[in-house]
Amino acid sequence: MSRLLALLFGRLPLGWLQLTHRKGRFAGAIAGVGFADLLVFFQLGFVGALGTSVERPYQAIQAEIILSAPATRTLASGETLPLLRAQDALTVPGVTAATPLYVGQLPMTLAGQPRVSLQVFGIVPSDAAAFWGPDVAAQADRLALVDHALIDLGTRQVAPVTFIAAAAGEAPTFEAAGRTVTLAGAFSIGAGFESDGHLIVSDRTFGRLFPAMTAGAPQHVLLRTTPGVDPGAVQAALAATLPALDTEVRERDAAAAAERMFQTVERPVGMIFGFGAMMGMLVGMVIVYQVLATDVADHLREYATFKAMGYRHRFFLGVILEQALILAIAGFIPGSLVSILIYRLLAGATGLPLAMATDRLFFVFVGTLVVCVLSGAVATRRLRAADPAELFA
Amino acid sequence: MTEPAITVEGLSHAFGAGEAHTPVLFDLSLTVPRGELLVLRGASGSGKTTLLTLMACLREVQSGRVRVLEHELRGASEKVRMLVRRRLGFIFQAHNLHESLTALQNVRMGIELHGPAAMSHWQAAARHVLTLLGLGDRLDHLPAKLSGGQKQRVAVARALVGNPDIVFADEPTAALDAESGRTVVQLLKDLGRARGTTTVMVTHDAKVMAMADRVLTLERGRLAR
Repeated sequence: MSRLLALLFGRLPLGWLQLTHRKGRFAGAIAGVGFADLLVFFQLGFVGALGTSVERPYQAIQAEIILSAPATRTLASGETLPLLRAQDALTVPGVTAATPLYVGQLPMTLAGQPRVSLQVFGIVPSDAAAFWGPDVAAQADRLALVDHALIDLGTRQVAPVTFIAAAAGEAPTFEAAGRTVTLAGAFSIGAGFESDGHLIVSDRTFGRLFPAMTAGAPQHVLLRTTPGVDPGAVQAALAATLPALDTEVRERDAAAAAERMFQTVERPVGMIFGFGAMMGMLVGMVIVYQVLATDVADHLREYATFKAMGYRHRFFLGVILEQALILAIAGFIPGSLVSILIYRLLAGATGLPLAMATDRLFFVFVGTLVVCVLSGAVATRRLRAADPAELFA
Repeated sequence: MTEPAITVEGLSHAFGAGEAHTPVLFDLSLTVPRGELLVLRGASGSGKTTLLTLMACLREVQSGRVRVLEHELRGASEKVRMLVRRRLGFIFQAHNLHESLTALQNVRMGIELHGPAAMSHWQAAARHVLTLLGLGDRLDHLPAKLSGGQKQRVAVARALVGNPDIVFADEPTAALDAESGRTVVQLLKDLGRARGTTTVMVTHDAKVMAMADRVLTLERGRLAR
């Protein structure tokens, strides 16, 4: 390694030799930077999982445009709009189909299993083929039966045997809102932060489970557009046609992105994770500063000797920055590997979509480099104490 | 005629300001020809170390003139002083070797700053000087694995490897046995004759003083007559 670095720098790799001379301290520094990276990955992983879990229900919906009540921030928002807007939308050129979407939250307790909280989608079974994936469409006939439901295969804390039984038509049941709901099939979205999973029921069943809600006032209306037509143009036409007083028109992906932004940036949970990521960076900065500043202090006489010999200040800056970069790279590797392992463990335990993204790896690596270089730059202030004249005292 | 290596005229120096103002050198003048081995001696506090650091471009000249290797040091920029220092060699009382570098690497640090060259050249030059000082079998030893005398000889090698025009040495033989001390001083004398390398040395060692071309004594900041 020393020879490789010597060739790279065209000089003795003083920073590397200094760092590796005290192996215990070097190992501690690597562990410190790695731990800081782990903290950052942990927080960013949760922010990413939050965003992904927010977007997944949108992606399960096959619609180009969503109509919602004005200022609706989330898919689960309690605000409603008139069902009449579905028919109004169909008059706009480019709109080929419209269907209401009802959204509610329901607890489910299966026999011998813990109570879980589910986000419930009430849909029109006959529209399933047009607006939902093939797995839901294939089970539309079962869904049409009153008090029958499809259970999310990604639901947290539900025994796998339940899904197998539901898929095999063995029909496990649970009690909710005074009714016996039969799990007649399954589909896949995945658990989120606000619910353990999802349930799809027909609009009729939804009305029975949520008697306070009315069929004439869904949370959203989903729209399909003519293939090849720009959904943006259709969205603009709809916005110009439908009354802004009770209807907001958004493209599905824009609605998903807006909710992602709302959940990860504006809501406390997202802010807390973001703050945690900054704290991780700060911890890394303090650790690297401590290591480098201590190293400079330990070698002041040697640095003063080199100053006397005629080494320029930028040589010392180079040595310290060399150390900072080595610590950044050496700490990032174990930090990212352990993070990937923890992501997998947590994803398995919580059902959350925790996975290492390439752009996150890149972002944290660049962040680690910047933080280490900044710490190194601050640590170089201690070099001023290296006075070669004192060597003769 | 060749200009002397060092010319000092009317040099005065003081530390501190206000009530703490303490003059240490008073109107000093001396000339050190090229190739000379000059010994400075004097009691503690006589100003010999201050004089050494002023001539070695390690302090700014306050009053008077100091001319080193044809460069006027009073008012000289840090860049000029740094460039002059690159033509000097330093041997400190404490060896000040880098603990994480081997003997060979420590000596290489004394030559690498002289600009780009093949690493094999640096390596060969460092190896040559260390071998000359009897450390050919200690090239890859870290300072912690060397005796006090061996460390000091590595420090001497580091000072000499860049072929300096002037060597400034502070008690360079203090950590050496009599034989090693004599070898080092003889080497400096030989360099003076062969290459015109000037040596300014602070020492109390009578044997070293006996080998010097000239001995100057400082008393309370003034040259004794």
